[in-house]
Amino acid sequence: MDERDREFLKVILEPETQASGCSEKATCGSSAGPSDMDPEVWEKVKNHPCYSEEAHHFYARMHVAVAPACNIQCHYCNRKYDCSNESRPGVVSERLTPELAAKKVLAVASEIHQMTVVGIAGAGDSLANPEKTFKTFELISKAAPDIKLCLSTNGLALPDMVDRIADYNVDHVTVTINMVDPEVGERIYPWIFFEKKRWKGRDAAKILSERQLLGLEMLTARKILVKVNSVMIPGVNDDHLKAVNREVKKRGAFLHNIMPLISEPEHGTFYGLSGQRGPTAEELKRLQDSCEGEMNMMRHCRQCRADAVGLLGEDRSAEFTNEKIEAIEITDGTYDLAAREAYRDKVEETREKERKIKEMLAGLGRGKGLSGEAPILVAVATAGEGLINQHFGHAREFQVYEVSAIEAKFIGHRRVDLYCEGGYGEDDSLSRITAALSDCVGVMVAKVGGCPKKTLEEAGILPVDAYAYQPIKPSLLKWFAEYVEGVRSGKITPRAGSGETKIRSGAFTAPASVPGQIPLAVLK
Amino acid sequence: MAYTIVLKNCTGCSACEPECPNSAISATADGLYQIDSDLCTECVGFFEEAQCTAICPIDDTCIPDPALVEDRETLMARKVKLHGK
Repeated sequence: MDERDREFLKVILEPETQASGCSEKATCGSSAGPSDMDPEVWEKVKNHPCYSEEAHHFYARMHVAVAPACNIQCHYCNRKYDCSNESRPGVVSERLTPELAAKKVLAVASEIHQMTVVGIAGAGDSLANPEKTFKTFELISKAAPDIKLCLSTNGLALPDMVDRIADYNVDHVTVTINMVDPEVGERIYPWIFFEKKRWKGRDAAKILSERQLLGLEMLTARKILVKVNSVMIPGVNDDHLKAVNREVKKRGAFLHNIMPLISEPEHGTFYGLSGQRGPTAEELKRLQDSCEGEMNMMRHCRQCRADAVGLLGEDRSAEFTNEKIEAIEITDGTYDLAAREAYRDKVEETREKERKIKEMLAGLGRGKGLSGEAPILVAVATAGEGLINQHFGHAREFQVYEVSAIEAKFIGHRRVDLYCEGGYGEDDSLSRITAALSDCVGVMVAKVGGCPKKTLEEAGILPVDAYAYQPIKPSLLKWFAEYVEGVRSGKITPRAGSGETKIRSGAFTAPASVPGQIPLAVLK
Repeated sequence: MAYTIVLKNCTGCSACEPECPNSAISATADGLYQIDSDLCTECVGFFEEAQCTAICPIDDTCIPDPALVEDRETLMARKVKLHGK
């Protein structure tokens, strides 16, 4: 453990300030504790930020972009597009060789002790580049045996690769499945390359779907955990994803992650150029809610880049460019396994305390005459550690909770800042925030200035700073009681949501060398 | 005719390279890909369609080289010369 790790853990170790983003099993899949999960499964997910909502507060992931080739075309992807300020799947700034990737992993692991997972997610398809992908896994598992390996794939090559996946101890695989019906599929995939041939239309979608489901079955038969990603495309597969959910559940998928389509004309994708819209936040939540009874749903996905580095919601890839990695001298002392293990032990203690606090929180609002009141959505500005600890103006994303008398359930993030949209005045950025939170009745912050406060109030979003630096969940439950009281006494006028809350996707990408950012120690 | 890669469109994704039955495709110094026309048989004798074109993610990028028009017999002869019957 070094100074940075202590800094990171400091706040969460204070006994009064613990509460993580989410405690409901159904909402966050693996966010439940070890007591309500198969011990074998818990062991696999507990330190994986993408599979465990709880873990994503403590542990970081990195993607190594060693797999540039792809064997299918999706209408939401344009391989020519790379904007370094944009964070979304399929996008990558630099490609890596397996050797450089392994070196990058060592450098990042030494710098970011929270980093427990390395994934290969592109920029093309991991399994369309099997030699590069598996060579990378081989090198990493030799150099950094404590790091978990995972990969993400479209599934076309999956059935042929399951043996090798198992051989390399890859115990998490994500398969993107957007349809189980070729009639739907032909509107998503213009073509696939399979058995030395380009297939189009319904034939292509039929082959792809069969291969995906077969691959899923083969993985789960070997007890490899599978997360299914689905892109929600309104008017194309939105309703159909309920059928997808049933089919993947039947085949043993562990977690389903329904993500909003990212579609802007400037990305140059087929959907972007043809005006296909993504879902609103309300539409996405409705679909996720309707699948929740069926299986575990992931709600904390930030749709990160194929070369993302860091905790979900942040992207430090700009600190680890190829040029910087090449310049690093890796010595025997670089990879400090003991320090990494010490960090993990500390985290485990913290998580144990958090679990106890969650148990205490359960049922906090019961018996106060509030149980009949409809739930509300409330946004929270947080810099992590389960606290309302961020200034309104500094928030690059807000966490959104559905709050009722008895529970505060994490339902997702709202990103409010994109560097690509620079050049707008302050008024514009404020109106972007009120638009992104237009389904919320309040926003809890550490502090908020007079001007944005007024704008928020005019937009019908109550700014709340009375719970500054308090833990998120108990504060939300307490404020719910205040809110209901305010409505009953006529002080607060309840408002209807717009139903058209726009989603901004992707993790925030930090520009390189921001003042105050930790420099790459190994470079010195 | 041999195939050629339009470099201004090429993203360097490398998908074409392992698919070529003639090992005619290699990386350029810039990390893009090029086809050696002396080795290209347009996949004649191997596959129904040119593999580089079939897997290329960008339209109009792996294309028949208009400057190197060859008939099927010539291509087949090259295939035999390179690989035997």
